[in-house]
Amino acid sequence: MESNQSKPGLLCNPEGSQRTLYPYVTGTSVVALKYKDGILMAADMGGSYGSTLRYKSVERMKPIGKHSLLGASGEISDFQELLHYLDELILYDNMWDDGNSLGPKEVHNYLTRVMYNRRNKFDPLWNSLVLGGVKKGQKYLGMVSMIGVNFEDNHVATGFGNHLARPILRDEWHENLTFEEGVKLLEKCMRVLLYRDRSAVNKLQISKITEEGVTISQPYSLKTFWGFSAFENPTLGAEGSW
Amino acid sequence: MDQSIQNDLNAPHSMGTTIIGVTYNGGVVLGADSRTSTGVYVANRASDKITQLTDNVYLCRSGSAADSQIVSDYVRHFLHQHTIQLGHPATVKVAANLIRLFSYNNKNMLQTGLIIGGWDKYEGGKIYGVPLGGTILEQPFAIGGSGSTYLYGFFDQEWKEGMTKEEAEQLVVKAVSLAIARDGASGGVVRTVIINSEGVTRNYYPGDALPLWHEELEPQNSLLDILSSSSSGPDMMIS
Repeated sequence: MESNQSKPGLLCNPEGSQRTLYPYVTGTSVVALKYKDGILMAADMGGSYGSTLRYKSVERMKPIGKHSLLGASGEISDFQELLHYLDELILYDNMWDDGNSLGPKEVHNYLTRVMYNRRNKFDPLWNSLVLGGVKKGQKYLGMVSMIGVNFEDNHVATGFGNHLARPILRDEWHENLTFEEGVKLLEKCMRVLLYRDRSAVNKLQISKITEEGVTISQPYSLKTFWGFSAFENPTLGAEGSW
Repeated sequence: MDQSIQNDLNAPHSMGTTIIGVTYNGGVVLGADSRTSTGVYVANRASDKITQLTDNVYLCRSGSAADSQIVSDYVRHFLHQHTIQLGHPATVKVAANLIRLFSYNNKNMLQTGLIIGGWDKYEGGKIYGVPLGGTILEQPFAIGGSGSTYLYGFFDQEWKEGMTKEEAEQLVVKAVSLAIARDGASGGVVRTVIINSEGVTRNYYPGDALPLWHEELEPQNSLLDILSSSSSGPDMMIS
């Protein structure tokens, strides 16, 4: 019988009920779209601690294996744990050494099962995940929520992005966007999020995944526009208002 | 009045705290205040919140005193075993990840934010933050505890890469002392631990040796000294 002392990391009875009640360090929206050569994904580098913008260099997008890219919003510690699970998954896949490798569809399915089963135990991983990839010319973009809801689409977003970015994408996305068009579209979404999402941080990365592989850009900041005369003088028509 | 004091005396020991870890050109400097409170009472005014994990890795503790102590005890034990099995000193990264493992797997029960700092020959000086929830983040500097809220702006302005050992330690002492000035849950003395290739140095800055900030006055022995040294007569007698 394995004693608890020999398991580093578990102070209590492993059978006791464990539930993540609320998140502590969280990431905000992730936005992604399919374009001509693959998938483009954008996320800022903020890790909020309640209302404090505590960490400003958190990487919320990571490559998974050769064919996939995972972006996450929500609790960062749960995202880090997921990356451990995925490391193991990819390792075992490589150990087969059979020339086959897990594609984005398979990884998405694995994540859905993990998230759904945790939800059934009332112990969710508090994340919304975006999984994108290209394998054998087939582009794939999917999402999994913390309760296990999953779907595929041409463009997805998490958190605030659902409300602010998706309407823009619905209007302006089309098949066969070029890389430049895709980046401009994502930046348009990220700028709106910067204006309107309290937990957004002006330091983001855009990553792309194509048949060739994954590239995650260096962190950079977006310019914002404040030059409306109405902004300079908001109470011109009605003194005392805002 | 008695009721509320009774309740507070039985409140869990919490280190409303200020803890800081800073990298510099050649190592790290860890700093902390020394106040442990049970509700409004100061249970220990000279506690040592910077605990040793190995010869080259130390830990700053904040939040629940009990939780942070037990986590550091467990990790020290497993690190010791790991060092024996490995045959040479554990790296800072390993120590930090063990802390994360405990914090993450017991996130529902623990209430402790930790800063790990140390020096190893592979990566040099490193600071890792492990806040509530068990996220692990490697950072050039980290602040934690209730007093840290007053320091975000300070560090945004004052932090720079590649400081010297003296600059780094001065920054840490200044920062902790600023936090103590405004955070009721932080106080006492400032302790620092400097870790680099040469080893570990502990420093002690007693409460009365810290700089004075806005609206704070130079401490005196007694009013009588002020009166006797004042040449313009007893000007504090307001009728």
